[in-house]
Amino acid sequence: MKRGGVEVRSFGYFLQLRTGVFSRSMVPAFFAVLCIIGVVVAKLDLNYLINEIFTRLGRNTFLVLSLLIPVVAGLGLNFGIVIGAMAGQIALVIVTHYRIEGLTGLAVAMLIALPLAVLFGWLTGLVLNKAKGREMVTGMILGFFANGLYQLIFLVLVGTVIPMNNPTLLLPSGIGIRNTVDLIGVANALDRALDGIWDGLIMFDLGPIPVGPWRIPLGTWLVTGLLCGGISFLMKTRLGQQMRAVGEDGHIASVAGIPVNRIRITAIVYSTVLAAWGQLIFLQNIGTLNTYNSHEQIGMFSIAALLVGGASTRKAGIGNAILGVFLFHTLFVVSPLAGQAVFGIPQIGEYFRVFLAYGVIAVALVLHAWQNRLPAKG
Amino acid sequence: MSESAVLELIGITKDYYGVTVLKGIDLKVKPREIHGIIGENGAGKSTLMNILFGMSVIHETGGFQGEIRIDGEPVVIDSPARAMELGIGMVHQEFMLLPGFSIAENIKLNREITCSNVISRVMGKSMETLDFKAMRQDARSALDHLSINIDETLPVAGLPVGYMQFVEIAREIDKKNLRVMVFDEPSAVLTESEAGLLLEAMRRLSEKGIAILFITHRLDEVMAVAHSISILRDGQLVARMERDQARIDKIAEWMVGRKVERSVLAKRPVAEDEAEDVILEIHDLSVEMPGEVVHRFDLKLRRGEILGIGGLAGHGKIGVANGIMGLYPARGSVFKDGLPVSLNNPRQALLSGMAMVSEDRRRVGLWMDESIEMNISFTAMQVQGKFLWPGPLERLRREDRTAMREHALTMIKDLDIRCTGPQQIVRHLSGGNQQKVCLARALTMKPDILWASEPTRGIDIGAKQLILDYLVRCSREGGMTIVMTSSELGELRRICDRIVIMYEGRISGILPPDASDMEFGMMMAGKYQSGKGVGIDGMA
Repeated sequence: MKRGGVEVRSFGYFLQLRTGVFSRSMVPAFFAVLCIIGVVVAKLDLNYLINEIFTRLGRNTFLVLSLLIPVVAGLGLNFGIVIGAMAGQIALVIVTHYRIEGLTGLAVAMLIALPLAVLFGWLTGLVLNKAKGREMVTGMILGFFANGLYQLIFLVLVGTVIPMNNPTLLLPSGIGIRNTVDLIGVANALDRALDGIWDGLIMFDLGPIPVGPWRIPLGTWLVTGLLCGGISFLMKTRLGQQMRAVGEDGHIASVAGIPVNRIRITAIVYSTVLAAWGQLIFLQNIGTLNTYNSHEQIGMFSIAALLVGGASTRKAGIGNAILGVFLFHTLFVVSPLAGQAVFGIPQIGEYFRVFLAYGVIAVALVLHAWQNRLPAKG
Repeated sequence: MSESAVLELIGITKDYYGVTVLKGIDLKVKPREIHGIIGENGAGKSTLMNILFGMSVIHETGGFQGEIRIDGEPVVIDSPARAMELGIGMVHQEFMLLPGFSIAENIKLNREITCSNVISRVMGKSMETLDFKAMRQDARSALDHLSINIDETLPVAGLPVGYMQFVEIAREIDKKNLRVMVFDEPSAVLTESEAGLLLEAMRRLSEKGIAILFITHRLDEVMAVAHSISILRDGQLVARMERDQARIDKIAEWMVGRKVERSVLAKRPVAEDEAEDVILEIHDLSVEMPGEVVHRFDLKLRRGEILGIGGLAGHGKIGVANGIMGLYPARGSVFKDGLPVSLNNPRQALLSGMAMVSEDRRRVGLWMDESIEMNISFTAMQVQGKFLWPGPLERLRREDRTAMREHALTMIKDLDIRCTGPQQIVRHLSGGNQQKVCLARALTMKPDILWASEPTRGIDIGAKQLILDYLVRCSREGGMTIVMTSSELGELRRICDRIVIMYEGRISGILPPDASDMEFGMMMAGKYQSGKGVGIDGMA
C-alpha cells in the first residue's frame, strides 16, 4: 500500500511536470513561430510593427495582469473580469456626461469605478464560493448575466428612470446610450501624460541617435509597471501567502486556520477592481467606447493573451502576462496583413487569428480538466 | 508520581443520532508521558480526538457530555484554533501539507513571521511582508529538534512520505506553547526504519516535557515507547495499564474483546471433509482502491458458505469486493464455476451471477432521490431485463410498474423496511432502512454469490440483527454463497463459517469463528503470519 502510494504520487507529479513544461514553453514557442512567419510573409515594416506593439502593450497589459491574482488563489481564469470592465465603462459614461476631461477625468473615473467594482467583485466572489471547482464556467455565465443587466440599464433605464439629457451620449430617441461613445475628453490622457518627459528628456538626450518614429505611451507603461510591482509585493505579504495556500489546497489551508472563503472573495475583488481600471486604460488608448461590445471582447482576449504567454489555469506570472500580450498582439497586427499577402484576402488571416485564440483557450481548459483528474485517479 | 496531569478527560460521552460511540471515557496524561491509545476501528479513538481538537463535526452533531481539563482547569474547546491556543497539537492521519510550498513555508503556514512596511501601516496587518529568513530559522530549529537533516527550502512535493510526516511534527513543535501532542496513527504510512525514527522523535519530545497521546494499532510500537496504555473497545475504556504490566497478548485480547454470541447456525449441508465444492476461485487479485489497496489476493470460495473478511480499516478488506465487482481497477484472474469473470466491468460481474451491497450506500448503493421500488428493481431491470414489458426493441421496453410494486411490497415485508410505502424517497429513510433497500436490490438479482460490504455499518441494533439473520437464512435455506466484509469482528464471528483477516492488503490468515480473541487480535496487528505462529516473545 505504501509503496503503491508513493509510486502513484510521484507518477502524477511527473505527469504534471510534463504538462507543465508543455504548456509553459510549447504554446509561446508555437505562437512566436507563427508571428515570425507572419512578419516575413507580410513583409511588414518593422518600425510600424514596433510602434503598434508598444501601444498595445500599454493598452492591454494592465487588464491581463488583473487575471493573475485569482489564478494564484486557485480560482482559475477569471472570466468575471467582464463585470469589472462594465464597472469601468459605467464610470467612463458618467465622466463623459459631466465633461470631466484629461488626466483628472481618468482619475475621477477610477474613483467612481472603485466602489462599483468592489461591490461587483464581492457579489461575484459570493457566487463563486457556492460553485467551488466550477469557478471558470460560473464566472463566464455570470458575465453573460451581468451583461443582461448592463444592457437593461444602458438601453432602457437611461433616459427613462435615470434622467439624462445629453444628445451626444443618448440615442436619437432620448432613451439609451449610443452604440459608440466618443471619449474625446479622456482619450490618450494617460498615454500622453508623461510626453513632456519623453520629448524633453529622453528624446533630447538621444537627439543625435535615431530611435525610430515610435512613441512610447510612457504614462501607461509607468502605471502598468507600478501594478507589476504591486502584484509582486502582494505575493510576498501575509495575504499573498494565504492566497497561495488557498490556491494549493483549500482544505489544508482551512485546517491551518486560514479563512478560505474570505480569501477567495478578496482575490476576486482585487481582480475585479484591477479589471475596471484596466478597462479605463484600454479605452483611453482606443479613444472610443463601444458601449455594448467593448467589455465582452476584453474577457476572451485577455484570457487568450495570458494563455498564449504560457500560463495555465493553475500557474500564471507577470512574465506570462507581458509575453502573452506581446505575442497575441503581434499576431493581431500581422495576421490580416499576412492573409492579404498570401491569399489576397485579409479576412483569412483574421480568421486564423480568431481560430487560434479560441483554440488556445480550449486547449488550456482541457489541460486544466485533465490535470485536475490526475490526482483523483491515483 | 507527584506530578499532576496536564490533560484530563473526565466522563466523555458522545452519541451520533442516538448511537452511543463513547461511554464515560476517563483519560489522564502527565507531562513527559507517552500514553498509547489502542483500539479497533470504530472503537471511538477518532471521535475522542475530534472532541479534543474541537472539530466542527462534534458540535454540528450536538456536542458531547463530560469535561476536559488542562492543568486541572476545565476548558471549552470549540474549534481547532482554540485547541491550538491551549497548546494541543495534532499530527493528522492524512498529511496536511501544501505540496507547492517549501518545508519552511509549510511549517509556518498561517503563523508567518512578518515585518511591517509602508503599505501595511495604511492597509492593515495582512499587507505585512513575510520575513523568509526568520521563518527559515524557526523551521530549521524545529527540524533540528527532530534531528532531521533536510534543506528547509525544498518544496514538499516529491519528498519521501516519511519526511512529510516529520515536517508535520516539526510544524506542531514550532508552536511555542505546545503542551500535548496527539499522534493519530502516524506510522500507518511509514516504512520500518522511518517508524523507528518517529518513535525516537516521540521519545525526545516527551523528554522535553510534552505529553503525548499516541493512537495506533501497531502493538509493538506502543510497547516500545509508551509509558502507559489505554485500550478502547466499543466506545468504552476497557483497560488502562502501565507499561511494565502490559503484555502484548493481553492487549490483543482486550482490543478484540469477548463478544462472541454465536447465533445458532444450521450446520452447513456439505460435510467439511468432502472434496471442496469451489464456486469462485480468485487468483492473484490486486485492487487499486485508494486507501484500501489489495495485493495478490488468493482465495477459493466454497459453495454455500458464509465467508467473512475482517481486518482494520485501510488494510484492504473492502477492496476485495469492490475489485471483483469492477468498481475499482483490478488485476488478476477470477473464475466462477470454472468460467473466467472479466474484471473492471461491473456489468459482466453482475451478469455472471454476483451482486454486491456497497459499503458506501449513500453514493454507490442507492439512488437517494428515487423511490424505494425503483431502487430495489433498477439493477435487475438494467442488467437482467426484469420488470419490463415485452417488446421488439430491447432498449425501448417500458417498465412494468405493477411487477415492480408487487416485488417491492414483498421485499418491504420480508426485510421489515419501515417506510410509508414503496414510493417513498430513499433519502427520507433511516440508515438501517436504507441499508435494507440496498440488500433488497442485491437480492432481487437472485445472485449465486452476494458480496456484502459492511452491511451493518452505522445502523441501529434492531436493523443489524435483522440483516444478519436474513443473510444467514439466504445462505442456509437459499444456498446462496455470501462474502461479508465487516469492521466488526464480533458479527463476523457470529455468522461466518470462515474468517479471512487482511493486513496491509494481503491475507494475514484464515481463522474459524471460534478461534481465540488473541489470535484474531494478533492477526489484525500483522503479528501472525500463517506458518510463523504467534510471536509473543522477542518483540517487547
